Amino acid sequence: MNLAIKDIRHNLGRFALTTTGIGLLLMIVMGMGGIYRGVVEDATLLIDRVGADLWIVQRNTRGPFAELSRVPSNLVHRALAVPGVQTSREFIYHTIQRERDGKPLRLAVLGLSWPTDRGEWLPLTAGRPLQQSHFEMIADETLRLQLGEQVSLGKETYTVVGTTKSMISSSGDGIAFFTVADAQAIQFDVPGEAVRLERASRESRGRDFEQAIQQPFILEQAGAPSQQLPAIARPQISAVMITVSPGTDVQRVANIISGWGDVAVFSNDDQRELLLKGSVEKVRRQIGLFRVLLTVIAAIIMALILYTLTLDKIHSIALLKLIGAPNTVILGLILQQAIILGTLGFAIALAIGQRVFPLFPRRVILTQPDLVQLAVIVFGISIVASLLGIWKAMQVSPHEALS
Amino acid sequence: MTAIGQSEFAIQAEGLTKVYGSGNTEVVAMRDATMEVKRGEVLALLGPSGAGKSTFLTAVGLINPPTRGRITIRGQVVMDGPAAQTNLRSFRRRHIGFVFQKSNLIPFLTAVENVQVALELNGAPRRKARRSALQLMDYLGVSDRADNLPSMLSGGQQQRVAVARALANRPSVILADEPTAALDSFRGRQVMELFAKVAHEQGAGVIVVTHDHRALDVFDTIYEMEDGIMRQIEHPTVSL
Repeated sequence: MNLAIKDIRHNLGRFALTTTGIGLLLMIVMGMGGIYRGVVEDATLLIDRVGADLWIVQRNTRGPFAELSRVPSNLVHRALAVPGVQTSREFIYHTIQRERDGKPLRLAVLGLSWPTDRGEWLPLTAGRPLQQSHFEMIADETLRLQLGEQVSLGKETYTVVGTTKSMISSSGDGIAFFTVADAQAIQFDVPGEAVRLERASRESRGRDFEQAIQQPFILEQAGAPSQQLPAIARPQISAVMITVSPGTDVQRVANIISGWGDVAVFSNDDQRELLLKGSVEKVRRQIGLFRVLLTVIAAIIMALILYTLTLDKIHSIALLKLIGAPNTVILGLILQQAIILGTLGFAIALAIGQRVFPLFPRRVILTQPDLVQLAVIVFGISIVASLLGIWKAMQVSPHEALS
Repeated sequence: MTAIGQSEFAIQAEGLTKVYGSGNTEVVAMRDATMEVKRGEVLALLGPSGAGKSTFLTAVGLINPPTRGRITIRGQVVMDGPAAQTNLRSFRRRHIGFVFQKSNLIPFLTAVENVQVALELNGAPRRKARRSALQLMDYLGVSDRADNLPSMLSGGQQQRVAVARALANRPSVILADEPTAALDSFRGRQVMELFAKVAHEQGAGVIVVTHDHRALDVFDTIYEMEDGIMRQIEHPTVSL
C-alpha cells in the first residue's frame, strides 16, 4: 500500500492548504522568471521586428536604445547612396506622457519612414497600416485606444487606424506608430507662447550681432519660422536603419559607413547586445537574482514543511520500524510526499499564474523551456528539501513507538 | 549457528544485563536475566513497575540491545552483547510480533490496513494481505470495524487490531507488554487465550508481561522480576 497517499488522505485539508501555499510561492518564482523573460522580450522586440541590417547612429553614442542619439535627417539619402544598400529609413523614437480622461497616458512614439514604411511589418490585430502621411496612428492594445478613436497630441489630432499586440518599449510602455513627420511634430511641439518668446529672443540677440547691425534685413528675418532660416537646422532624427541588398556583405557596407566621421554604425545583433547589456541589464540581473533568492526561499520553506510533516509522523515511523519496515519504505513515504507536494505546487502555480499574469501591467512571458527548467528545479528542491525529514526519520528509534 | 526453525526453543535469553549511564549515574535495569521459552509455550512475566520487565521485553524484542548477554531465537543467535548478529529489523519483521499496553496503531491507516501493512512489509501481495487481515480481524471480532480509522475505535477494539497485526505474519515469538490493560476482564481473558491458542497451534513462544493475575491459569510458565533480577516462580494452579 502507498503510505504517502494514505497519510495525505488522512490529513487532506492541511496538505491541501500547504500545497496551495507552496503553489503560490512557486507562482511568484515562476512569475519572476516570466517578468525577466518579458523584460528581455520587450526590450528586443522592436529591434527584432523592425527588420534592419544596420543602424546608423550619432558618433560616439550607442544608439537610441542606449542613450540620446541625434543624426541629421538627410543621412537617409547619404546611406542610400552607399553601394549595396537596398532601403534606408529614418528612425525616431521617444517616450511621451500626456493626460487623457484624467489618467496618465504614456506612449513610446515611433516614426515610420513614410511612404516607404507604412507599418506593413507590424502585427496588426485590427485596422490597417498607415494610408496617409499625416494624422494617422497605429497603437498597441496596451494603450487601450480603440480603432477610430482620436487622440490629441501637441497641436494636432491623430486617428487610430490600426492596433497591434505586444508591441512594447523596453520600459514597458505601449508603442504608437506615426509617420516620421508626425513623430517629429509630437517630439518638438512647443506652445505658441514659447515660439513667440523664442522669436523675440532671436531679435534681441540679433540687435547685438554685428552683421545684423550692418544689414538690418537679417534682423527682420530673425522672427521668421525656423524652417525658413537656413542657419537653424531641421529637426534631427534618432537613427537611420538600413537593409542591404540580397547577397551583399553587411560588414562591407558597415565598414564604408563607419568611415564617416559624424556617425557610428551597429549591426542588428550589436544593437540587441547593447540594449541587453545596457539599459535593461540591471533590471534583468535584479530580477534574475531575485528569482534565485525566491527559489532558495522556496526550498527552505519546503524543507521546513516536509520536516514538520515528518515530525508529525514520527510515532508512526517508529512504529513502522518496530514492525520491521525497511528504511526504503520510510524513505519512500517522505520522498513521495515531497514529490507530490512539489508536483502539485507546480501545477497550482501554473494554473493560477496563467490566469493572473495576463492582468499584470507588464508582460509576463512563460516559455516552455523556462517552465521545464522550473519543473526540474522544483523536482530537485523537493528531493533536497526532503533530506532533512529523511535524516530525522532515520534517527528515530523503534523504541520511541513504546513511549 | 543453528538454522532457524530447528531448535526446540523459541527464545533463549542468557545472562541479559542492561546498564544505563556510567559512573555515579549508572543504573542497572536488568541483571543476568536468563529465560528459555519453548516453542508452543506461553509465559507470563510478573513484577512491580520499574522491575525491568519492559527492559527485558524490548531486549528480547531486538529493540533495545542488552549491555551483556546473548539472545537466541529459534536457534539463531541474534544478539551477542550489544552487537547484532543479523539484520534486526528484517528479523523482527519475519519472526516477532509485538503487542503493547497502548494499541500503537498507525493513525492514518484504517484498522484493516494496520494489519495489512505488516503482511505487505513481509512480502505478501496486496489482495492476499487484505484477505488474511480481514480473516484475522474476523477471528478477533473486529472485522465490522475494518474500514474505520483507529481514532474511531474503542480502546478494546484498538487492542484487538494490534493483536491481529502481531499475529499477522505467524511469528515465532510474540511479545506482549500488558496487552489486556485496556480491555475488560472478558476481552482480556479472550486475548490471553488467543495467545495460548496461537502458541500451541503455530508453535510460537509467547511472553506476556502482565499484572492481571486472574488469567494466570492460561500460562504454562511464570517468571517474576524484581529490581532487575528474574526468577521462575511456581505456577499458582500447581500450588493450589
